[in-house]
This record gives sequence, C-alpha cells and structure tokens, in this order.
Amino acid sequence: MIDAGLKKEIEGLMIKFPCIDSAILPSLTLIQERKGFISQGDMEELSRILKFSQARIFSVASFYSMLKLRPRGKYHLQVCTNISCSLLREKTLMEHLSRILGIGDGETTGDGLFSLEAVECLGSCGYAPAMMINSDHFENLGFDQVDRIIESLREKERAGGV
Amino acid sequence: MNEILLRNRGTANLHTISVYREQGGYRALEKALSLQPDDVISIVQESGLRGRGGAGFPAGAKWRLLTRYRVKTVYLICNADEGEPGTFKDRYIMEFDPHCLIEGMTIAAYATGAHHGFIYIRGEYDWIERVLELALAEARTEGMLGHSIMGSGFSFYIDIYRGAGSYVCGEETALIESLEGKAGRPRLKPPFPAASGLYGEPTVIHNVTTLSFIPFIIINGPDAFKGIGKNRKEGTKLFGISGHVNRPGLYEYPMGTALRELIYEAAGGVRDGKGLKAVIPGGLSAPLLRADEIDVEMDFPSLNAAGTMLGSGGIIVLDEDTSIPRMAQKAAAFYAHESCGQCTPCREGTHMIKFLIDRINEGQGTGTDLEHILKLCRYIRGSTICAFGIAATMPIAAMIVKFRSEFEALLRS
Repeated sequence: MIDAGLKKEIEGLMIKFPCIDSAILPSLTLIQERKGFISQGDMEELSRILKFSQARIFSVASFYSMLKLRPRGKYHLQVCTNISCSLLREKTLMEHLSRILGIGDGETTGDGLFSLEAVECLGSCGYAPAMMINSDHFENLGFDQVDRIIESLREKERAGGV
Repeated sequence: MNEILLRNRGTANLHTISVYREQGGYRALEKALSLQPDDVISIVQESGLRGRGGAGFPAGAKWRLLTRYRVKTVYLICNADEGEPGTFKDRYIMEFDPHCLIEGMTIAAYATGAHHGFIYIRGEYDWIERVLELALAEARTEGMLGHSIMGSGFSFYIDIYRGAGSYVCGEETALIESLEGKAGRPRLKPPFPAASGLYGEPTVIHNVTTLSFIPFIIINGPDAFKGIGKNRKEGTKLFGISGHVNRPGLYEYPMGTALRELIYEAAGGVRDGKGLKAVIPGGLSAPLLRADEIDVEMDFPSLNAAGTMLGSGGIIVLDEDTSIPRMAQKAAAFYAHESCGQCTPCREGTHMIKFLIDRINEGQGTGTDLEHILKLCRYIRGSTICAFGIAATMPIAAMIVKFRSEFEALLRS
C-alpha cells in the first residue's frame, strides 16, 4: 500500500525533473526507504501513479541491486567482498559475519533482525574492510569491533528500541 | 606546490561555503563569468585537462563539441557513480570540498551553455549526498547557483540523482539511461552524448575529479596546470592506494610520477616487510603489473605503452603471499555480477569465465581451462556495445598470462 503521504512525495518527484521518466528510480528508492522493500503491489500502484506500464516499473526495480523486491532483516548488512576488502586478513569480514549470525549470503536471521548480503566495491578500498548497515557506512573494521556493533544492535532491540 | 585538489585537506569545515570562500573559493566562477564562454573553453583546452574518470578524453575538446548546439537545451552531468574497485577519490571531494565541485560544474555549464545539471551519485554514498544537498542549498542562498548567478544573467540549477547499485551506470550512456528511468544499459555510440544525450538533448558528462580541477585552471591559467605534471604531462592525479601497503589512502601527485614512488614513498611500501608480487595500477579493470614492471610513469600514454591503463588511478598493491588465482576469482565474480546482460558475449562470457576460474580455485580445473578462459576473453573483447566487455576481460587475461604457473599449479593433474 502506498499511503497518501508517500503518494504526495512521489507526486513531488513527478514534477521535480524535466522529464517524468526520471521520477521512476527515485520513486522506487523512496518506497524502499519507507517500507523496507518494494512489493508487487507497490509496483502496481506506482505504475498507476506515474502512468507507466508495470513492465517498465519492474524492469527498473529488478535491474538495480540496491532495490529489494523481498523483505529483508531490520538491519540489512551489505558486506564488501571485492579485492581490497578481502586482502587484509586470513578470513574475510563476510565469513566472520556469516559465522556470528549463523546465516549465509542472502539470508535473514530467524528473528528477522539481521540479513546479510555480499556486495561489490563500496568505495572504501583505502579504509578496508567495509560494510554498510542499512544506509550507514562502517570502515576499517576489526572483527572485535564488528562483534560490538552487532551486540549493540541486539541490545537495542532487547531494550525495546525502535 | 604539487597539490591542487587536496591542497586544503584538513582545513576545518572546508565543506561550508564560508570556509571555502576564505580559501579563495568562487573567485574562479566570478572570473569565468566575466569572460566569453568560448574563452573559458580555450583556457581549459590549453590546459590539456583530460577526463579523470578513466577514459582520459580531453575536457576542452568535449566542451567545444557542444558549442554547435547553442540553440538547443544542453545538459551537464557530473558522474559521481564511483564504483571501480580500488577507487575512492570522488567521495573525498564531495564530502570534504563539495563547493569545489559545484564551482567547477557551474563554470563548465557556463562554457557549454547548460542551464540544468545533475550529479549522479552512487546509491551507497548516502551520507555524502546529504553533504552535497547542504552545499547546494548554501550556494543557492549566496547566489553562486540558481537564477542569474552573481547578477550575471547566467542561470544554472543542479539536481542530485541517486543511483541504486549498478557498476555499469558509471558508463556515460548507461548513466543517461538510468537518469531517464530505465535499466542502466549502455547505448550504442554514435550518437555520442554531446550530440544526443539526456532526453535526446546535447549533454556533457564529466567525472567529479575532472570538474573539480576547473576552478584552479581558470584562476591560475592553463600553464600553471600543465606545469605541475612531470615530463610535460598535464596536471595532477588523485591516486587511491589500497591493499597490502603501510599507509593506504588517497594521494595527489603530478601526472607522470613513478608507480614505485607512489607505493614506496607515498604509501610507505608493502606492509609487514613483505615483498611485492603485483600491482593493479588503475582500478580493477586495469591489467596488473608484476613487481618487475613497476618502474613506469603514471600517466595515460606511459601506462598504455606498458599494456595497461591509468584508469581511475585506483592502485591495489598485492604482496608476495597473494594468490593471483584467488584475485582472478574475485574479479571474475565482480564482472559476472555487474554485466548488464544486454550483449550476449558479455552476459554469457563473464559467467563462463567465472565458472572456469571457480573450478580452478576449487582444484577441479582441467588442462584446457586456461586456454578456454583466454579464448573467451578474446571473443568478448570488441563484440560488445560498451567497454565493459574489454574491462572484464583484460585484467583476467593479464593475470593468467603473467602468473600462469600459479593457475597451472591448481589444475587437476
């Protein structure tokens, strides 16, 4: 469901650019920001709002790796697995996270809190290894520091955080 | 003085317009607006500035192409879709010196007759986008951007446009497709964007770093820029050095600086006292150099002559213990993942290469696998719409050719 507020924001994007086509990608990004992922129903509604075919909307939504068409964990971990981030330690950050969370690439923990995704270069090569949690960047990560970050997020949830 | 873009590094609050102006910011724009657009183009052309995104096309010549379209709507796009593995230069400028980019863009717009510009920034740079938004708002408030800039009658507007995780969108026509609300699949060229780009209109596209050199060139003149490069090479280059070095980070050195100097002096040499095995000199897509090949000058022609390229200036250093077949596996996975899928040789070929390299790394490779990979590399090269096919095959072929024995040692006997 795209609610009235979100619809209004999308309508703002429709007049922001010289050509309405340019509103498609920002609209999809916006829906994901608000709802965590983009559902089939969202794409159908967006197609009606922007007056583009559903096929056009889906062709964009399915092309870009940051756009998610399925639910993710509340904290979505995107871990760089490219060269510079893999060079510095025996084990990679991805392997470490996979072990402490008990999930693999593309999976979500049973409590829905964490999902893990191997991604390509995050532009942090000089500050490797790096990952993102939702839209926040973390760089120069040591494994003990990663453990503390994960634990602090779990703690926040236990305390009934937002 | 050898630094242009990093000369104010460390200045507190450089990202604010007041500090930027204290450092002499926006004087170049004022000067440019007092000149004729053609004269601005001439200055940039004389400076010899070449595109810093990777391809190295002369910036002034690109602008000159636009002058024949003065009656049409011209768009200016800043390519901030930094995604070449090993590269982290544009993010520095946008985060710490955003007004330098905005000033450079506005001068470029004035020279080419553009009134609307876009900064296409990769989706992962969320925090940088917020810095840019604030900087744009400041520039508008102070009359450096928007309607009749500094009362000159020239108007220019900039919108930020966010990518969503696609490497190929760094290719200029894929970027335009993405901006037009489509999947980012490169267009067949010609027509080049200068003739038919965004919304079918003449469009000039530059990398963040290229545009950020413009204010310096306008204020100090073309000779000051040319004078910095070694052996008559033009200007400076930002080098991002990562991997097995003591001091990874971003450095600015004159064009033509020796690769050895960058690794051993700027970045403090190979870490843990180890020996050097190989260096990727210009982002992952640049074929790697063996340790005995690093006495090369870092500029466009010298690296081309050495069989590789300057590319984005992303230098990845690999120490003696690095497994090149493992690096090839990472590279193959990257290109297979990022191929847009438009051209069959690239879509299928990158996955076949990945399959074979995975198999070799798992100890399941057969005697003909290496030849098959090299053959696939040859088939993909030149048979695709964009340069991705070349970028995907050159580095992998070089790894196999230069370190063949490492691959052969993994093959099933």
